[in-house]
Amino acid sequence: MAPADVRRERLDRGIKVRTSGIYAITGWKEITYLVIPRLVLIVGLLLLPLVVTNLYWQRVISIVAIYALLALSFDFLTHFVGLVSLGGAFFVGVGGYLAALLNTQFGFSPLFSIPLATIGGAVFCTLVIMPCLPLRGVYFSIVTLMYPLLAARIIEALNIFGGTEGILGVAGFPNRWVEQYSLIVIILLALFGLRRFVNMDIGLVFRAIKDNDQAVKASGLSITFYKTIAVFISSGLACLAGAYLVHIYMWAGISTLALDFSIIPIAATVIGGGGTLVGPVLGSLILVPISELLRAFGTLRIVFYALILMAFIVFRSEGLMVYGQRKYHQFEKWIKV
Amino acid sequence: MNTEPLLEVREISKSFGGIQALAEVSFQIFPGDIFGIIGPNGSGKTTMVNCITGFIRVNSGHVLFKGRDITNRPPHKIADLGVTRTFQIMRPYYSLPAYKNLVIPLFSPRARRTGGWRGGGKLGDRDTVAIDILEEIGFERDSQVPYKMASTLPTGYLKRMELARCLALRPELILCDEVFSGLSMSEIASMIPLLERLQMEGITLIMIEHRLKELFRVANRVMVLNFGQKLAEGLPEAVMADEKVKEAYLGSEDLSDYV
Repeated sequence: MAPADVRRERLDRGIKVRTSGIYAITGWKEITYLVIPRLVLIVGLLLLPLVVTNLYWQRVISIVAIYALLALSFDFLTHFVGLVSLGGAFFVGVGGYLAALLNTQFGFSPLFSIPLATIGGAVFCTLVIMPCLPLRGVYFSIVTLMYPLLAARIIEALNIFGGTEGILGVAGFPNRWVEQYSLIVIILLALFGLRRFVNMDIGLVFRAIKDNDQAVKASGLSITFYKTIAVFISSGLACLAGAYLVHIYMWAGISTLALDFSIIPIAATVIGGGGTLVGPVLGSLILVPISELLRAFGTLRIVFYALILMAFIVFRSEGLMVYGQRKYHQFEKWIKV
Repeated sequence: MNTEPLLEVREISKSFGGIQALAEVSFQIFPGDIFGIIGPNGSGKTTMVNCITGFIRVNSGHVLFKGRDITNRPPHKIADLGVTRTFQIMRPYYSLPAYKNLVIPLFSPRARRTGGWRGGGKLGDRDTVAIDILEEIGFERDSQVPYKMASTLPTGYLKRMELARCLALRPELILCDEVFSGLSMSEIASMIPLLERLQMEGITLIMIEHRLKELFRVANRVMVLNFGQKLAEGLPEAVMADEKVKEAYLGSEDLSDYV
């Protein structure tokens, strides 16, 4: 409780320079103020594989990275284009199966199968999502949710791509350093690349579609065209994650189409703070290790997981990153009344 | 006038379920016109704008722009030809600053094609053009207003931004859906010179309006709609003298008894 004769004053640092879109770089103090948060993230991520020595947790780093990519893909499509896709698992599955096929059937090494699966998968996903693009809001979400369910059943029923057994014998990475550092570099590139992209003129068009698609039509721009590009980018990121997943596990199966890959990235985005792009990455960094720690509880794991999620949504619904960004720009001090 | 009509509407009909919103309405607009469309609430004025600009599909009839059939084409294709519209309920991009709102129309194929050097290519070029357009329509350049989030702007500015979005496309025809509604008298007074200037720059305007006095100051021809039917068309004074128009606006009783 605050004493009676003081009150808390809150100052917003640099709010004017931030809203004007131009940072006033007036000295080393201002520069560090701006650079430190970014540096913490970059250095922190790069140090992660060096710091973690436990073999089990080293594998968790890769899984975190894969979920971070998925969460980035979801955050971009949801908060910058306005398409809430629940079909993340479909993208992962397409990227995964494609990489596995390229590797086992055509003998491409991961160096080639991953980029090819990313581009090819993104093209395929975009083509099959295209008929749904005129849909808006919850209708788009529900239809995209059907894709992974449908794909899993088709593979099972027709017994293609190894059926329930999956595709075995996919090549792994030469060592964990290649695996983890390539993933971390990809995440950093995707993160800062997307952040730049959404502030470019074309990125503004995407954000405008989210805000008001009728006005974009009236501005002489085809919203279907831009939504297609957005789905391509988003599904490309998720296919990339899927291709990595398959090469890490050295196996592609129906479980790459599991709804976990749709739902956990959404939870990570909610916890981290949607619309920040950094938030979803942080959310994955928190959520995936928690999920691993909770394995100790056995079958009660999902109960605790759900409780943690609910607590976040109730008490910090804006997300950690939104909250953190606001606090970082604020001073608080007690002053005498 | 012996010139070619810029826009020709031929017997457009549109019904929503059992309601006939437009019944075989026809009219022509010539370059340089300020054409008013008036009528009581629910008479089909906004439906007319939506039909012309492709936001809703017509049941029958044709819309011709410069002799070219644009009936039921997608809205962005129609806007690409230079037929732009404002919305009665403003549709700014609330999460973007005012000047960034204009980057979207400036990014369109039409603006890039017609803008010449103003179209810009590099990052930031469009921002400058956007500020120029905002200044043209009455945003104070040196103030913070153009940089403010659209969600924080008052109605008057948002209405102007609707017009600005059209101007960014370098239009030939603007369909203004109630640009005066929700504005104070002084805001309207500052809008009128703006519209007159657009006319001088060679832009043809269709104005849907409830504010008759202000409309008649700028419009050279008006059309009256009632329950989707065209009641009258012509000079403002002549139209308002029409018995059918009086009846539609004031009710069926003969008002001369009460005056």
